[in-house]
Amino acid sequence: MKNRDPGRASSAPPRREGENSDQAVVVEDGRAKSNEPVSSAVAEPEATTLRHEPHEPPRQPLPAKLFEKRTKVHNKRIDGPFRRFKWLVMLVTLAIYYGTPWIRWDRGPYAPDQAVLVDLANRRFYMFGIEIWPHEFYYVAGLLIMAALGLFLVTSAVGRAWCGYACPQTVWTDLFQHVDRFVDGDRNARIKLDAAPLGLRKIVKRAFKYTIYLVIAFWTGGAWIMYFADAPTLVRDFWVGEAAPAAYITVGILTLTTFTLGGFMREQVCIYMCPWPRIQTAMMDEKSLLVTYKDWRGEPRGSVKKAKKNPEKFGDCIDCLQCVAVCPTGIDIREGPQVGCITCALCIDACDKVMAEVGRPRGLIDYATLEDCEKEANGEVARPPWKALLRPRTIAYFLIWGSVGLAMLFALGVRSHVGLSVSPDRNPPYILMSDGSVRNSYTLKLRNMESRPRAMEIALQGLPGAVMWTDTSGRDAAARTQVKTVPADQVLVVRAYVIAPEGVDTQEFSFRVTSRDEQRESAETEARFDTPGGSE
Amino acid sequence: MTNKRIDEPTGTETVGHEWDGIEELDTPMPRWWLWTLYLTIIWGVIYVILYPAWPLVDRATEGVLGWSSRGELAEEMSVVDQARVSMREELSRIPIERLPENSELFTQAVAGGRSAFQVHCSQCHGSGAAGSKTLGYPNLNDDDWLWGGDLKAIEYTLVNGIRAPGVEDTRTSLMPPFAGVFEPAQIDGLVNHVLSLSGKATSSSSGAQLYQDNCSICHGPAGEGDRELGAPRLNDAIWLYGSSREQVREQILNPKMGRMPHWIGRLDPVTIKMLSAYVWSLGGGEEFVEVSENPAVEVDEEP
Repeated sequence: MKNRDPGRASSAPPRREGENSDQAVVVEDGRAKSNEPVSSAVAEPEATTLRHEPHEPPRQPLPAKLFEKRTKVHNKRIDGPFRRFKWLVMLVTLAIYYGTPWIRWDRGPYAPDQAVLVDLANRRFYMFGIEIWPHEFYYVAGLLIMAALGLFLVTSAVGRAWCGYACPQTVWTDLFQHVDRFVDGDRNARIKLDAAPLGLRKIVKRAFKYTIYLVIAFWTGGAWIMYFADAPTLVRDFWVGEAAPAAYITVGILTLTTFTLGGFMREQVCIYMCPWPRIQTAMMDEKSLLVTYKDWRGEPRGSVKKAKKNPEKFGDCIDCLQCVAVCPTGIDIREGPQVGCITCALCIDACDKVMAEVGRPRGLIDYATLEDCEKEANGEVARPPWKALLRPRTIAYFLIWGSVGLAMLFALGVRSHVGLSVSPDRNPPYILMSDGSVRNSYTLKLRNMESRPRAMEIALQGLPGAVMWTDTSGRDAAARTQVKTVPADQVLVVRAYVIAPEGVDTQEFSFRVTSRDEQRESAETEARFDTPGGSE
Repeated sequence: MTNKRIDEPTGTETVGHEWDGIEELDTPMPRWWLWTLYLTIIWGVIYVILYPAWPLVDRATEGVLGWSSRGELAEEMSVVDQARVSMREELSRIPIERLPENSELFTQAVAGGRSAFQVHCSQCHGSGAAGSKTLGYPNLNDDDWLWGGDLKAIEYTLVNGIRAPGVEDTRTSLMPPFAGVFEPAQIDGLVNHVLSLSGKATSSSSGAQLYQDNCSICHGPAGEGDRELGAPRLNDAIWLYGSSREQVREQILNPKMGRMPHWIGRLDPVTIKMLSAYVWSLGGGEEFVEVSENPAVEVDEEP
C-alpha cells in the first residue's frame, strides 16, 4: 500500500506516527486538495481535477472510554396538569395491580370466587365472567395480539405515552423517586446528600430509604402471586409458612427485581435494556404526537437579562434548565426527540411554569407533531393537538384492534360448553369376542365447562348394529346411548366398549355427546372401528 | 513480557506479545464476570463439603449432609407409600366381589393394577393384555375365560397360578395327547367335527362319534367346555392356539398346555387384588354369582 505509487509517494509528504498535520488537506503538486470524499451531487465540475489520489484515511483516535458512566438522576419536584395526570395514572395502575386479586366474583359453589385468577393447579383462567380452559389458550394469544395492537395504536396516536405514564417500569420508578424525595428531600438536598461523606445521618437516611424500597418491592412481589391462588388463603398460608415453595421463590425474585429495577436502575432500563423504545422509534413519523421543544421559538437561548437588553437576538428559552431538572430520565429535551425521552411531559409542566413567570406564552415545550412544528415555524396556524389523533393510521389501528376484540367476544359468546375427545385403544386395536363379534375400546373425555354438574348423553352415530357400554355400566347395560353425569367444570374420563356384530367391516363412525338440559349443547367426534377382516 | 506498554488510544496495557505487528490489549475482565467466577468457586467449595463429590475407588466422598440420590428416592417412595396406606388398608378389608360397588376404591385399584400389570404380567400377556396366539398366551380383554371371569375366579388364578409346579391349589387340567391313537382319516373327521361346533366346517357321523367317545367328557357334548376342569369352549370364536385345521389337529395330537406362575408370596394380597380388578375391568369381566352350582367345588375360597 505504501509503495503502490512511487510518484505520489515522492510528492506527498510521508506521514509518521504522531504527526499532527491536518489530514483533511493534502498538498499535491503545490495545490491543497481535500482528503474528504466529495459527493458528485454537490461538487463543482472542476472538483474532479482538484481531487487527489486516494490516501489512507486519517487515523481517528478512539474515544478513551467506550463506557458512559451513569450520572444519577435527581429529578426535581414539579406540579402541573401533566404531573397530576401522571399521579392519577399511577394511582389507577397501582390500584389495579395491588387490588385486583382481592375483587370477589361469585361463580357458584363449584368454582373459585376470585374475579381474576390464573389457577395453574387446576389449569383454569378466570377473568370476571370469562373462564378459559387450557385448550382455549388462543384467547390469551388474542389478548396479547390486542395488547400489541393497542401499543401500536397508542404509539401512532400519542407517541410514547405508554412509556411516559403506564409502563410498570415508569410507574415504579416514579414511586421510588417519590420515596427519595420523601426521605432525602428535593433535588438539591439529594445531590448534596449524595456528595456528603458517609456519616451517621447519611447511614440512617439510607437505611430508612432502602427499607421503604424493600417494603414496596416485597409488596409488589407479594401482590403478583395473589393472581395465582385464592388471595386471602394465600396470605394466611404465606405468613404461617405453608404456601408452596414457588410462592416464596417468586416473591423473592420479584422483590429483588423491583428493588433493583425501581430503586437503582430506573431510567437505564428504558435507555439500555428495553427493546420497546427502539421499536417505537421505528413506528413514529412526522405525524406522531410527541413532546417537542420548539427550537424555532426558543433559539438562540439567553437569560432574561440578556434578552431584555437585546430582545431581537434571543428566543423564548431562558436556559433555566428546569426542563432538565425535572426529567425523570435526566435528558435535555432541547436536543430533540431521543430514545431517552419517555414523553412523560413533566418538562412541559416545568417550562409552562417558567414561561408564566417571565411573561411569555406557554408551550415552548409541548405535545406537538413534527409536521405541526414545521407549520408553526413557518407562521401558519397549528392544529390543536387532539386533531393529530385522527388520521388514517390511527383509525386503521383502532379498527383492527377493535375487530380482534369483537371477534374474540363473539367467539367467547358462542363457544360450546361441552366437548368430547376420543382416543381409541391401539393395543390391542380390536378384540374378537367369543360369539364372533368384534369389540373396540375407546377412552372418551367429556368436557363440562359449566360450573354445575350436567348429565350428558353419549350416542353412537353410524356403525349399524353396534352397541356400547362403559366401564361403570357393565355389558348388561349395552345400548346405543349411555348417560353420564359430568361434574361441574371438569373433564370426565369414560372407557367406552363398542361391540359390533360379526362381519362388520373396518369403518369410520362418530360419538356424539349431548347435554341433557335445556341448552342441549352437543359435540361430535369421529372415530374408527377396527376389525380383523375387511378394510375401508 | 518486557514489551508491555500502554496503548495510547484506549489507555489499556498490552499483553506484551507482538505478532507481525498485531498486539493484544490486556483488557481486564468485566467486574460482574469476575464476581460470578468467584461466586462459583465459593459455591463449589461449599458443595464439595455438603454433598458427595470426589469419586474414590469404590464409592465417593459422602458430604456432611449425607445426601444420596438413592436415599432421596427411598424417601420419596416412602412418602408415596404413606399416602397409599389408607387406600391399601381399605382394599385389604373389602371382599373382592364387593369391590365394584365402591367406585372410588375400584378406580384406584384398577389404576394400581394397571401399573402392576405392566411390571409383572405384560411379559407374556402383552402391555395391552391382548396375549399372543402364536405363543399361546390368552387375551384378557375378551369374554372367554378358561377358568372363570368373575373377580373371585380371576383372583384365585392369580394367587395359585395355572399348572404351577409345587402349588397345591393351583388350577390344573390335562389334555391327553392323542398321537398314535387315531388313523389319519379319523383325525380329519374329528377336526371337522370340532370346527363344526362353531360352524366352521361340516361334521360327519364318524367324527361326531369320535368326539362323543373321547372329548365330550371334558369339552361337553356341544363343545361348551367346562370351567371347573379348565376345559376350553370349542363352540366359540376364540381359539387360543389357532383355528386352522393344522393347528386344531396339532392340538389334539400333541396338546400345548399353558402355564402361569402363582403370585402369592411374590406379590402381596392387595396388589393381587388390584391386578384382579384391572384384568376384570378390561371389558370381559363377569358378574360374580353368589351360589355355585356345585357346592363341592370351592373356587371362591379366600386365599
